[in-house]
Amino acid sequence: MELRVDRHRCAGSGLCMAQVPAVFDQSDEDGKVLLNAPAPAPELAAAVRLAAARCPSGAITLHERDTADH
Amino acid sequence: MTTSTAGAGLVHTRRERFGPAEELRRLSAGRPVTRIDVGPGTDGVPVWLVTGHAEVRQVLGDHRRFSTRRRFGPPSSAGRGEGPRPDELIGQLMDYDPPEHTRLRQILTPEFTLRRMRRIEPGITGIVTEHLDAMERTGPPAELITAFASPVPGAALCELIGVPRDDRVDFLRRCHAFLAPGRGRQRRAAAGELLSRYVAAMVARQRTDPDEGFLGMLVRDHGDEVTDKELRGVCVLLVLAGLDNISGMLGLGTLLLLGHPDQLAVVRDDPRAVDRAVEELLRHLSVPHAPTPRTALADVTVGEQLIRAGEHVLCSLPMANRDPALLADPDRFDITREPAAHVAFGHGIHHCLGAALARMELRIAYPALLRRLPGLRLAVPDDEVPFRVHALAHGVDRLPVTW
Repeated sequence: MELRVDRHRCAGSGLCMAQVPAVFDQSDEDGKVLLNAPAPAPELAAAVRLAAARCPSGAITLHERDTADH
Repeated sequence: MTTSTAGAGLVHTRRERFGPAEELRRLSAGRPVTRIDVGPGTDGVPVWLVTGHAEVRQVLGDHRRFSTRRRFGPPSSAGRGEGPRPDELIGQLMDYDPPEHTRLRQILTPEFTLRRMRRIEPGITGIVTEHLDAMERTGPPAELITAFASPVPGAALCELIGVPRDDRVDFLRRCHAFLAPGRGRQRRAAAGELLSRYVAAMVARQRTDPDEGFLGMLVRDHGDEVTDKELRGVCVLLVLAGLDNISGMLGLGTLLLLGHPDQLAVVRDDPRAVDRAVEELLRHLSVPHAPTPRTALADVTVGEQLIRAGEHVLCSLPMANRDPALLADPDRFDITREPAAHVAFGHGIHHCLGAALARMELRIAYPALLRRLPGLRLAVPDDEVPFRVHALAHGVDRLPVTW
């Protein structure tokens, strides 16, 4: 799984960071999302999917890659 | 198309206890977008009510084609939304479209990060404790709205903005006069003017002697980038967003929990369950009826309905949050659910700036109340609890309790 964030869309809710702090961070400078781990470990996949679904601006997207990439 | 019932406000503001009114459910049955009649306000320009979850997210997520700048009203006076902004709307983010919105939101967002909110968490806990102490001193019984649900977000707002201690009673009195529903336009405008004047004086003080509050920080960090009128508008926006919504959630949420003792016990006793419980309360109650109306800037199809440029769109948050496409059995209140992608704080670039603060207040206040007063119960029969009408956010007017 590959993760992308669109900082232009990000509304700065911090929800993703609250849910999966290992993967997402929030910039103190502009309040927007920062990505710690663009290719999160498989055991975090469910949490990351939920964070993407709950993102209040649709700024987080998941892109499936070949399983060989994992 | 529907006709509105006299005196009950627009159809999307109608509720029955915790949920959307039957009339609203019928209206949108099987149709995520439906045309509504809002009376003479829009001079014949169609108004659409969007009730589907995906459709609400589509509209709120598409700031290029749905403007928040233009208001209900004849197109002649609303124009294309490019004329000078009325004074009272300066600084009010929900009236701004990009790029104006982007600029002002960028200045404000860092003041509302999760980390910054965590820094003010002890202050919020202190406020909650203080009000529970007072309830214990003077009760039982108590009226939970005036004793807790309303003053807690009031004090939190004062902390956030940096309203001096000695001014808080006066400041909050002005806020509540401004927010009071059903008072006619003139009295409301007069109350708004009084509040605005107070805030302007506070902004002026912060310009010369900035402190550690939100206003002081903005003045220090951004100086001339942000005008006094904008700062004043931002404060008024925080008042609009931070009082009735949270008091509505605290009052209505407590009433809902009292009716579900098993779930109440979990919120009281299991700190790990509180996050989910708060998300479910936010979803199930959806206290704000709708975000700022949108106006289409181009022809757009939403849920198979063509919305033409110039037409207005209202998004029902409680209906979207009870869309069966969002989650199974949406009318069931269940704090053990996986958190749903609800839209209680809106969606897109206008998503509530203070969502992290609101969540924090709720996560602290509900369990603290239930733990301190484990015997908490209604002091009147359930059907005598008066629900808000004509308010921007749903809630109860009074909640007599004992313990």
